[in-house]
Amino acid sequence: MTDAAFSAPVRRPFAMRHPSVLVFLTLLALFTLGVTVLSEAFGLGLISTSFVKTLGKTLCLCLAALAMDLVWGYTGILSLGHMAFFGLGGYAIGMWLMYARTEIIVTASLAAAPLPPTPEEIREGIATQIFGVVGASELPLVWSFAHALPVQLAFVVLVPGLLALVFGWLAFRSRVTGVYLSILTQAMTLALALYLFQNDSGLRGNNGLSGLQNIPGLEATGQDVLSVWFFWASALALGLGYLFCAWLVSGKFGNVIRAIRDDEARVRFLGYPVEAFKLAVFTLTAVLAGIAGALYYPQAGIINPAEIAPIASIYLAVWVAIGGRGQLYGAVIGAAFVSLVSTWFTGGQAPDLDLGAVTVRWVDWWTVLLGLSFVAVTLFAPKGIGGVIAALAERRAPDRHGQDLGPDAGALREKEAER
Amino acid sequence: MALLRLMALLLGVFGTSVAVEATEAPIQALLQEHGEIIAKSSRKTIAPAIDALAASGLGDARTVLEKWQAKELWLRKADGRFFFVAPHGDGLALIDIASGAEVGTAGKRELKQLKPNSGIRGMIGAALVQFQLRDPDPAERALALDAIARDAEASHLEVLRSVAPDESDPVLRARAERMQRLLTIRFDPDAASQVAAIESFRSDLGVDVRAALNPLLTTERRVAVEIPANANLAQRLTPGTDALPREAAVALLVEAGALPPPIDAETRKAVLVANIAGGVVGGVAVETLSTDAARQTAYDALAAAGLAEPAPGAAEINAALAAHVFFDAFLLQNPAVTAAAAAVLESIELTLALNQTADLALDALSLASIYFLAAIGLAITFGVMGVINMAHGEFIMMGAYTGYVVQLVVPDYTLSILLALPLAFAVTFGAGVAMERLVIRWLYHRPLETLLATFGISIALQQIAKNIFGTQARPLTSPDWLAGAWVINDVVSISYIRIAIFFLALVFLALLLVILNRTRLGLEVRAVTQNPRMAASMGINPDRINMLTFGLGSGIAGIAGVAIGLFAQVTSEIGQQYIVQSFMTVVVGGVGSIWGTLAGAALIGTLQKGIEWLNPSNTLAAQTYMILFIILFIQFRPKGIIALKGRAAEA
Repeated sequence: MTDAAFSAPVRRPFAMRHPSVLVFLTLLALFTLGVTVLSEAFGLGLISTSFVKTLGKTLCLCLAALAMDLVWGYTGILSLGHMAFFGLGGYAIGMWLMYARTEIIVTASLAAAPLPPTPEEIREGIATQIFGVVGASELPLVWSFAHALPVQLAFVVLVPGLLALVFGWLAFRSRVTGVYLSILTQAMTLALALYLFQNDSGLRGNNGLSGLQNIPGLEATGQDVLSVWFFWASALALGLGYLFCAWLVSGKFGNVIRAIRDDEARVRFLGYPVEAFKLAVFTLTAVLAGIAGALYYPQAGIINPAEIAPIASIYLAVWVAIGGRGQLYGAVIGAAFVSLVSTWFTGGQAPDLDLGAVTVRWVDWWTVLLGLSFVAVTLFAPKGIGGVIAALAERRAPDRHGQDLGPDAGALREKEAER
Repeated sequence: MALLRLMALLLGVFGTSVAVEATEAPIQALLQEHGEIIAKSSRKTIAPAIDALAASGLGDARTVLEKWQAKELWLRKADGRFFFVAPHGDGLALIDIASGAEVGTAGKRELKQLKPNSGIRGMIGAALVQFQLRDPDPAERALALDAIARDAEASHLEVLRSVAPDESDPVLRARAERMQRLLTIRFDPDAASQVAAIESFRSDLGVDVRAALNPLLTTERRVAVEIPANANLAQRLTPGTDALPREAAVALLVEAGALPPPIDAETRKAVLVANIAGGVVGGVAVETLSTDAARQTAYDALAAAGLAEPAPGAAEINAALAAHVFFDAFLLQNPAVTAAAAAVLESIELTLALNQTADLALDALSLASIYFLAAIGLAITFGVMGVINMAHGEFIMMGAYTGYVVQLVVPDYTLSILLALPLAFAVTFGAGVAMERLVIRWLYHRPLETLLATFGISIALQQIAKNIFGTQARPLTSPDWLAGAWVINDVVSISYIRIAIFFLALVFLALLLVILNRTRLGLEVRAVTQNPRMAASMGINPDRINMLTFGLGSGIAGIAGVAIGLFAQVTSEIGQQYIVQSFMTVVVGGVGSIWGTLAGAALIGTLQKGIEWLNPSNTLAAQTYMILFIILFIQFRPKGIIALKGRAAEA
């Protein structure tokens, strides 16, 4: 039982076996370069700072969509909770950003006092500053490490990862699958959002954390420069994430998770620990989503529990579905396309459509269009936009069986696809 | 000047009035006797006049008091006599108080209208109660009892004691007796009768009883070297426990003068700041004062130098705490009364807890029936057909808006509700069938994609509703006969709408059971559920059955929408509030079983109300904990409370 039994006799380099990865990374690099050249801080100034931020945020969403694609498109687990992990990552970094910045402000204001402040006085000042809005004046327990950037950075990975591990372990060990699992993850998201909405949750209730765009220690650096830095960081994270996901799904691990998607029982009978694989994917993608969130919210500037509401996770699934499940670039395309188009329509930039009797104002009707196009994609193009690209690239003839055709009855689907 | 003249006039008149007293009617004589203070009309001095009138036993006294209260009693400035008046030309006709006959006219300038202020009117009202309690009209007597309940006085106790036994109306008599016992608790100086009255209220749920008993148990927190012999002790406290934290004990000692006040951080800081001299305070450099310990050192140095109040040390505080006892004492001195009150309050608390449990059970039942109604349609489509319908909540919304539109057209609320129910069913049945034909039937083998496609429909429908009806909440008014609540006692009550929804849920439970188990359609539905291909080969058309089942489930969602709209505001998001709970209900209850949905709804309704009761301030927390519980519950019964067995379970 060696790997040689599955792979080609001569192992070509990774990039050669998967040219799409190379193409994607090249395009991403060109895009990053292009945005930098056109930005206000480092180039011609054709792109406004806020639009650079929008693009940076979109890259973070693409990373989250990548995670979603791994867990849904490749493993067949329709998780409706990945935006919760995204949000948790944002909260973890947001706590440090807010604490450190408030500390600077409080220290500055106390410096004028006749006596040098004690540590207790500083802590008290910070607590009043941050929690005055919810009527509290003591730092809650969850803020114990908010002063330490390394700890909070570890939390970006650990908190979503541990939550996913515990939740996934509970769910997978009792063999909750399919739509049940979707509903359960949705319930988890809802529970988390409702918990965070409380004022005594220790995270400022529905006020959320704000002022995150100001990076402590970098006050002298303008937002135009910061936005480009964050854009670079987001692009780097997306590139690395993409490379990692592509490496993951190209090997034996990828084969097993695709097999789980297509026929879980059969994989189990072959002796694979299906639950362990699912748990690994679930946790890993939660961590990816957490990292994406930690990069997203400093660009957005504010995070509140509404961002974690179940609807956000469903939208994530929508992006992946429209982009094309089971193809990494599909997820990225879907997230980028739909979120940017959505920004365009809801921002009021789209021209109204005059139908004679009625005028369609896109701010009102965009959601309807999105919902219906989503139905249409599900019905008529299950492979999404990525499927169209695959067709254009004439990569229809599969290298091997088990081509990515969506979850559930995969074997049957392959025959349908050949028709 | 004018006042002096008036006083002189009055004094003069007083002398003459004695002369006419012999021929005067007794009521006028009585008024003359107190004429001075009545005219002065001050709350502080008026009491003897009112008491005299109330206690006179004269038949006219009540009329006079009522007229006085209503500012209809006038005083003739010339001789200080009191009259009622009637309009007469430019001036006023004078009416004799005793006989009621017109005795002359006077200009407005010659008379003075008595205008008692609200304090005096209240006193007159209290005095009037005894007359009203003896009024032949039962309605008047009931009003008097209401007045006592609002604002009781010690004087009412005697009146009630004399009136209650003679009361002819049994209801009023019971009320009067009860009121008399309540007033005994509050005003009777005799401890024995107080205790007897307290004992008589054992297990009584009335709020008024608790309001009467609680003041008896008011305590005062005290500190002393030893417990005084005359104190009616409620409890002894140990410093450093939850009941009396150390800081509170120290504060009590400071207040009693047994300990100098300890220095808090703020005061210490202020003293330090005040004593800074050349960058040094108390021998310590200012720059180093950034820790608590350094500040304390500096302060101690200042205190030693006599520049600051010395703070009591820990040893001193401990000695003072040990030397004193802390206790709660009742303000009321009589231990028999406080003991009786405490015992009776405890029995009341027990009864109260039982009744609150009953009320909670009713609440839970009503919530369960709402969840059942919202979820049963889902149970059919999700459970029986295996199709997950995220747009179910939007069908509920469509039903609610159908009810709203019908009410716009048909103004009669009863008729419109009766019309709205079948119409909502028809609308959502049609929508459900259309959705099944156009979308869902292509996705029967791809359940996850059904979830997403129906979600797309859900957001589209929601936005369309928002575009048509706007974002503001639309009312769905219930008919009058559904307004109000069924009040069983002071604690237990339930609104009629909720009772109606409970019955609606029962009706649908029965209806669905009959349809699924007793009709041809139900038989075919069950056959298609278990094995569509076998059913097809038996001559059943699975397409048609799926379509009808989906329509039925959607139609019930529409009816649930009308029911929910009756007590909640109709918005385009109304369905979203129920969709997750509905899924929970179906999953917890067990997919594919109507009884399971019932069990799930009962469990979730009870659970939610129970958690809310434990933590009443926070419904958000209640929902969070409930969802966590459900996630754990699924661990132990992954197939729900009532799990299907055999082949159907594998479908």
